[in-house]
Amino acid sequence: MAGRGKLIAVIGDEDTVTGFLLGGIGELNKNRHPNFLVVEKDTTINEIEDTFRQFLHRDDIGIILINQYIAEMVRHALDAHQRSIPAVLEIPSKEHPYDAAKDSILRRARGMFTTEDLR
Amino acid sequence: NIFTFSLYRAQTIMKARLKGAQTGRNLLKKKSDALTLRFRQILKKIIETKMLMGEVMREAAFSLAEAKFTAGDFSTTVIQNVNKAQVKIRAKKDNVAGVTLPVFEHYHEGTDSYELTGLARGGEQLAKLKRNYAKAVELLVELASLQTSFVTLDEAIKITNRRVNAIEHVIIPRIERTLAYIITELDEREREEFYRLKKIQEKKKVLKEKSEKDLEQRRAAGEVLEPANILAEEKDEDLLFE
Repeated sequence: MAGRGKLIAVIGDEDTVTGFLLGGIGELNKNRHPNFLVVEKDTTINEIEDTFRQFLHRDDIGIILINQYIAEMVRHALDAHQRSIPAVLEIPSKEHPYDAAKDSILRRARGMFTTEDLR
Repeated sequence: NIFTFSLYRAQTIMKARLKGAQTGRNLLKKKSDALTLRFRQILKKIIETKMLMGEVMREAAFSLAEAKFTAGDFSTTVIQNVNKAQVKIRAKKDNVAGVTLPVFEHYHEGTDSYELTGLARGGEQLAKLKRNYAKAVELLVELASLQTSFVTLDEAIKITNRRVNAIEHVIIPRIERTLAYIITELDEREREEFYRLKKIQEKKKVLKEKSEKDLEQRRAAGEVLEPANILAEEKDEDLLFE
């Protein structure tokens, strides 16, 4: 049984996932379940949502990286996640640069910072 | 019921409770302030780091495109050769004003699973690509720590403020009302006591006046004998020798 070590999971487009796997975060657990999901044009929202929820339930995942444009598709599932762990981080993709206004985490503190701070 | 014994005792108890509630409220307020300060600091750091992260990711994505240009599309190879993660994270604890914050620390384990993959061409770019994404991962782990602290603090602040408000708007007014009531009761009793005493004094005065009047009348009628005055200078019978 691995100690307190937890994994970094990633839900993203092919490039994003490939990049991070080369960064060394990818793993298949003993049930051959991966800690990543490649989202393609034909991936359904349900699949994304299911995988996201599964990652949330696994106790060996500490961080979930997700392209922001994909996070938008399952925004309700992200907003419903109130616990601090696993931490859900929204990252940009090649086509979609990061938009702080959409980030679930930053929206919790809406009103505490102005657009000035974001420049 | 605290009123079954002394009202004074009840008043002392209530005063002590009030003091306790006020102290508690002040301490919690201080805690809330400390937490809020840290919260704002972390929020600022999160915003900065997220902006930085945008840049790091852009660079990493660019190096990926470069590598694909040279090495062809290696995505499938990479995805299908996943085995064990080399980069993992562990949770550590940090503490602010009595609140435990979960913090992530990344560590390395094992060797590069992709060392043996047949990605012959584009070795240089691939190495650069791996470095860029490794850098991105480190930054993202830091960001994740900030985020978990942020969320935890948010909750802690909400709870603390709720307690402050409960003490401020429910408990303290309740105690103050009870104290006010006790004081009015004490005042009432004092006034009653005072009234009673006055009444008794008046009665005594009337009685005294009446008995003096009686005495005067009897003296006038010659019925009263003056009692002996031991201070008067007369022969003292007890002296045997003069």
